[in-house]
Amino acid sequence: MFDPKKLEALAERQKDWEEATLGDALDKHPERSDEFMTTSSEPVGRLYTPLDVADLDYERDLGFPGEYPFTRGVHATMHRGRLWTMRMFAGFGTAEETNARYKYLLDHGETGLSVAFDMPTLYGYDTDAPEALGEFGKCGVAIASLADMEILFDGIPVDEVTTSMTINGPAAVIWAMYIVMAEKRGIPPEALGGTIQNDILKEYIAQKEFIFPPEPSMRLVVDTFEYGSRHLPRWNTISISGYHIREAGSTAAQELAFTLADGLEYVRWGIERGMDVDEFAPRLSFFFNAHNDFFEEIAKYRAARRIWAREMKETFGAQNPRSWLLRFHTQTAGCSLTAQQPENNIVRTTWQALAAVLGGTQSLHTNSMDEALALPSEYAVKVALRTQQLIAHESGVANTVDPLAGSYFVEAMTNRIEEEAYAYFHKVEALGGVIPAIEKGFFQREIAEAAYRYQTEIDSHRRVIVGINEFEEDEPVRIPLLEMDPEGYERQVARLERVRRDRDGQRLEATLQALRAAARGSENTMPYILDCVRAYATLSEIMGVFREVFGEYREPTII
Amino acid sequence: MTERTIRVLVAKPGLDGHDRGAKVIARALRDAGMEVVYTGIRQTPEMIAEAALQEDVDVVGMSILSGAHMALFPKIMELLGEYGMDDVLVVAGGIIPDEDVPTLNALGIQGIFGPGTPTDRIVEFIREHAR
Repeated sequence: MFDPKKLEALAERQKDWEEATLGDALDKHPERSDEFMTTSSEPVGRLYTPLDVADLDYERDLGFPGEYPFTRGVHATMHRGRLWTMRMFAGFGTAEETNARYKYLLDHGETGLSVAFDMPTLYGYDTDAPEALGEFGKCGVAIASLADMEILFDGIPVDEVTTSMTINGPAAVIWAMYIVMAEKRGIPPEALGGTIQNDILKEYIAQKEFIFPPEPSMRLVVDTFEYGSRHLPRWNTISISGYHIREAGSTAAQELAFTLADGLEYVRWGIERGMDVDEFAPRLSFFFNAHNDFFEEIAKYRAARRIWAREMKETFGAQNPRSWLLRFHTQTAGCSLTAQQPENNIVRTTWQALAAVLGGTQSLHTNSMDEALALPSEYAVKVALRTQQLIAHESGVANTVDPLAGSYFVEAMTNRIEEEAYAYFHKVEALGGVIPAIEKGFFQREIAEAAYRYQTEIDSHRRVIVGINEFEEDEPVRIPLLEMDPEGYERQVARLERVRRDRDGQRLEATLQALRAAARGSENTMPYILDCVRAYATLSEIMGVFREVFGEYREPTII
Repeated sequence: MTERTIRVLVAKPGLDGHDRGAKVIARALRDAGMEVVYTGIRQTPEMIAEAALQEDVDVVGMSILSGAHMALFPKIMELLGEYGMDDVLVVAGGIIPDEDVPTLNALGIQGIFGPGTPTDRIVEFIREHAR
């Protein structure tokens, strides 16, 4: 992009500047620190010039939005054409309480739904299972059968609004409940739009909500790819997630590298099943974190799109341009929030969200100020949603496409993160691939190292966190926190008991038996899961079949 | 006089898999010269009490973010008592609302450390209070 002769002259000029102008300035006023680093502990230079991006080739490396390699965005008009989906992750207590929260959010201008499930649901247990002790409704909504799913979406036009569901181990089962819920309302599967997270690899790496060993888990994931590509063309059957990797303590480059490595692994499994890459790749979607370091995050999203497009086109030979697109949801960084001075979290969330928008996100969740203390209150979640609306309509950043392209700093950082990602791809390959690397604890160790380094930086004051190690206050927290229905548990368990009592026992047994046979064989399990759900089998019952056939996984413990 | 090395069990009760804090604390305590046993995730109260007994620890540190602490901690304290481990220092961290702290203190959980606590404050607390 730059004339080599001009660059040479510029290098000379830069040397002069360093000696004269900069030298004088430093003599008079030394910089405020010896080291400047990103949230990922990467050094940040004083100044970036064309010399830092000397090899940048506009057409090859950036291109035009909506065209390969999509560095500048997946659509030609980006947020000028359509704003990102404002999708607030929400769920607590019973299906009734969460249904009311969804209606509240939609009434206040939310444009997509996102379900948070409670711990028992995430692990495939009914609310009253012994393993669920004390966990009902705490981290999300309890969904133990189709009856709960019907209440959760009661009165919500699921053929108009898209729904994202953060569910992994039991993803196929919860998805089946959603499909049957719609079916009972006369809405055909092809009319449904949304996403199931269904990214089991990152569960072993970071979020730890795995149930079965990796191979049978991957089989269930591919079953959903296959079923979705044939029956739910508008559904994203996976959201390949870096969010939880980052929350567990990784750096930005690790988040990107591990997520894309997982993505490439899913593609390999899909192809191995006998599908054409273009049959399922257009429905793969992604999910990233938006952490504190504004420019590093923007660079990460841009590098993500470029790498994915290249790998899909060059390595896997995908022909359909839609297969090359890295479409992603973003959530601001929960781990960056402080319990102290919670109002400060509104500000943190704002610039994190701004980075996601400038990085070209398709969908966004903004955290509420109270999330280091409890699940969000109605008041706090409204402020978080309004933050997105303010960015969309008042800040001006959504009015042009990829405005930071061409920034020497942002482009250099985009290149740096891309290089780091490829270095990790090679390491993972050398370990035998993603699953062997998981079994050897490679990712887990890398993340634990980074998390510990980050904590020691805070403890030693190399990193300042407002309200934590500087500008501390002793004031007690004064914001109102969410209160849940104290009778919710009884209501939920009573419903579950009613479901178990009222259903046709013979039909139930037959569907579970058929599922068991399918799980033991190699057929796609989705149609059988759907039949179980239609017979009102509970989550524990359906997952119990898989637990019996696949066994449960225990991870290597790594500090 | 040589000081005995403090033995700590870092435990993750309940279903929640958020193990970042537990791992950071485990490493910080180890770097402070303590012997640390980390249980890994998804431990039942029985597993935790059993491990505390088997490992003959001086301290049990529990990390929980799911909000199930009011159901799980009393059970764990009860089992530690049954095993005759009343003199073990028990501390906890994670997302634990202020209003739960008096109840947990009354159960015998002496230190409760919320988000943002510097690790050296936890190290000091353990050094001061461990048997």
